[in-house]
Amino acid sequence: MARKTVEGSFAVAEAVRNCEPDVAACYPITPSTHVAEELANYYADGELKEYITTESELSSMSACIGASAAGSRTVTVTSGQGFALMHEAVYCAAGMRLPIVMIVGNRALSAPLNIWGDWQDAVTERDSGWIQFYCENSQEALDTVPQAYKVAEATLLPAMVCMDGFYITHAVEPVEIPGKEEIRKYLPPFNPKVRLDPDNPVSMGEYALPSHYQQFRQDLHEDLLAAEKIVRDANGGYAAQFGRSYGDGTIEEYKSGDADYVFVSMGSICGNAKEAVDALRAKGEKAGLVRIRLFRPFPYDALAKALSGKKSVGVFEKSYDLGALAPLCSDVSASIALLKGDRPALSSFIGGLGGKDVTVAHVSEMLAKIKQGKTLTEWI
Amino acid sequence: MIEVRMHGRGGQGAVTAVELLAVSAAEGGKWTQSFPFFGVERTGAPVQAFCRIDEKPVRIHQNVYEPDVVMVLDASLLAVTDVASGLKAGGVVIVNTKKGRGEIGIKGGKVFIVDATGIAVKHLGRPIVNTAMLGAFAKVTGLVPLDALERAIRHRFKGEIAEKNVAAIEECYNSTA
Repeated sequence: MARKTVEGSFAVAEAVRNCEPDVAACYPITPSTHVAEELANYYADGELKEYITTESELSSMSACIGASAAGSRTVTVTSGQGFALMHEAVYCAAGMRLPIVMIVGNRALSAPLNIWGDWQDAVTERDSGWIQFYCENSQEALDTVPQAYKVAEATLLPAMVCMDGFYITHAVEPVEIPGKEEIRKYLPPFNPKVRLDPDNPVSMGEYALPSHYQQFRQDLHEDLLAAEKIVRDANGGYAAQFGRSYGDGTIEEYKSGDADYVFVSMGSICGNAKEAVDALRAKGEKAGLVRIRLFRPFPYDALAKALSGKKSVGVFEKSYDLGALAPLCSDVSASIALLKGDRPALSSFIGGLGGKDVTVAHVSEMLAKIKQGKTLTEWI
Repeated sequence: MIEVRMHGRGGQGAVTAVELLAVSAAEGGKWTQSFPFFGVERTGAPVQAFCRIDEKPVRIHQNVYEPDVVMVLDASLLAVTDVASGLKAGGVVIVNTKKGRGEIGIKGGKVFIVDATGIAVKHLGRPIVNTAMLGAFAKVTGLVPLDALERAIRHRFKGEIAEKNVAAIEECYNSTA
């Protein structure tokens, strides 16, 4: 596999094409990304079977729902406000058990108007029943696309591949992109048992009475939790074939095994955190990083094990739950609560909202505060 | 790791230039990353774009605050932007200008000048200096082989346009002082 140097969005678009989706449906305007633009180019060049230019993101997701229900491998791409407009259909896709893959270039939500990056567009959809991956760089983002299809189609759950808006979508980095033939060996064709078929009519996403509605939600929840193991298997299988893996597929532990204090986060900031941890390690400090790759289903047990015995933990996130504890920190708190005996002190850091640049120096400052072992809530 | 900050104006092609730099440095065996400063795209507005070049994979994702190399595509920016802000000790500043080195008032760093606008007009017929300035970068830093830069140009542009850009790059390479 040759290495090439391309923009993150184009790298991901090529990986999407090589997964051979039957239908792409996208709303091609800001705040969408170059992924949608490049998929349209592939369609124009005859390299993609179907590309529907929709009139809104709500229509994009609706088109994906129809196509996926008919048994097609589908993809859409969104960001920020466009993602928010999709909200109603995002729940439908999960409730109907349709393994759509959505590429998200994470961006802030209005108001005030802002086109820059943070995670709130996807994090705010965390309750919807979708699998959510957060990627550290372009290589991981493109590698996660076939993994997302593999997990989604094995579990009949939709999956989001989230990459930081601008920091990954617009960064030109060296990547290796697996070709169609190689991906075919990893990702079997999508062949659902139940699909919309005029010869064998079925209803999907229909009406459920109070006697049945809740059972659908309970089943979705339990199957989503069970998908955690499938994510690990997909990461392991990918590593075996392509030689690249991302922690155990759910979390990545970086120099955290013997660490006293640990930085926890997701996405591209974790590259900055690795630099900060290395600098502290060079001074003999027992600092570490745990990167959460799988945000939904949340890997509570794996994270609890990774944080067991630590003196203090700080969670940095580009997301919020206004009026409550920040969402990633809330999940980490629930993981820590599973631990017996002494539990690490837990701090919450919210930052990087609307594109605010968070540097290695900022991470170093947060790690210095985490080391103090207090419980802090700070905006960075 | 070498960090490059390019100052230009919206429409001058700073983003394309740092991408070409990343592609050609990668071809020369380095690990690279380039990206724009994330601003609103308005023609003529001051913009920045960044490139990192290293012997190992680049892990960080943040703006460049302490560059090793500053490139200025448009000398009119010198009046409104402190282009040498954060420049590392021993860092270099490469400016597209017709003026002399002593006349442009940059404090700190080693300053190189080239009339990239004149060279671009001569070869391209238009004052588009983003590619030409890469020749100056290659000359001053030695980080990007000239032939790798020219291959990146021929990959990005076709036919006559590519050759005109290559000619501009070579003249800039030879004229930077």
